[in-house]
Amino acid sequence: MVRQPADPDLEALRSGNDASFEALIGRYHGPMMRLAMTYLRDRSAAEDAVQETWLTCFKILDKFEGRSSFKTWIFGILMNVSRSRRRKESRILPFTLLFRRDGGEGRGPTVDPHRFGSDGMWSAPPDNWSNVPESRLLDRETIEYVRAAIELLPEKQREIVILRDVAGLEADEVCALLSISAANQRVRLHRGRASVRKALEEYLR
Amino acid sequence: MTCREVVELMTDYLDNSLSPGDRARFEQHLSGCDGCTAYLAQLRAARALMDHSAIEPVPELMRAELVKAFKTWKSG
Repeated sequence: MVRQPADPDLEALRSGNDASFEALIGRYHGPMMRLAMTYLRDRSAAEDAVQETWLTCFKILDKFEGRSSFKTWIFGILMNVSRSRRRKESRILPFTLLFRRDGGEGRGPTVDPHRFGSDGMWSAPPDNWSNVPESRLLDRETIEYVRAAIELLPEKQREIVILRDVAGLEADEVCALLSISAANQRVRLHRGRASVRKALEEYLR
Repeated sequence: MTCREVVELMTDYLDNSLSPGDRARFEQHLSGCDGCTAYLAQLRAARALMDHSAIEPVPELMRAELVKAFKTWKSG
């Protein structure tokens, strides 16, 4: 018999241990909130979606077959819950407020072409951030700035950046979750990351 | 490869999805280019900060309600 490698997050839940469960919801909370807020307009709506996701998880956990990691599975539930809540909101809120124009798969370079010479080599190369003191790089304000930069991304880039770089899911799992190709996933991730890097470069200059 | 081309391949490189030939050319470029090395380090730093940016405590009321639901679930 082929045994699946143990999924520690799933074990935390199945163990029935309160402390493990609390640690699990604590670890997932930030990334779950960031994802829910991609689809919903405010914190309280996002908190409701996160709570509903956990309650749904209890209801259907016996149907979880382990074809993805537990984390990917629950983020998939959260995505469905949030999108369905948004559909209900959209009956109340103006359409334009909810569905901004999305440049998720835009083409064109992700670095300002003026920074390269006619030979395609850097004429204005990026700074070496190893000279930036760690206290500055990791201070609260920088972290807040990064969070804001993610929130400004077009939705299609933002959801990928959150799933990959904030929640830490694997590329193939994200493709399956969003039903997109590997190439498409990489394009959106690349553009999203490049925008966050650019924002950070301007901030640290 | 030019720097302009290399920067657009960084995500493919980090995700290990370049062909072996492209990967070799990419790494060869990087080994002689401070600008692209700095750019890749910046992308990695941005990624680490994004990971940091999500840390957020569970609101007390939600935590209490979820623990209650958890106890009901495991006894049921």
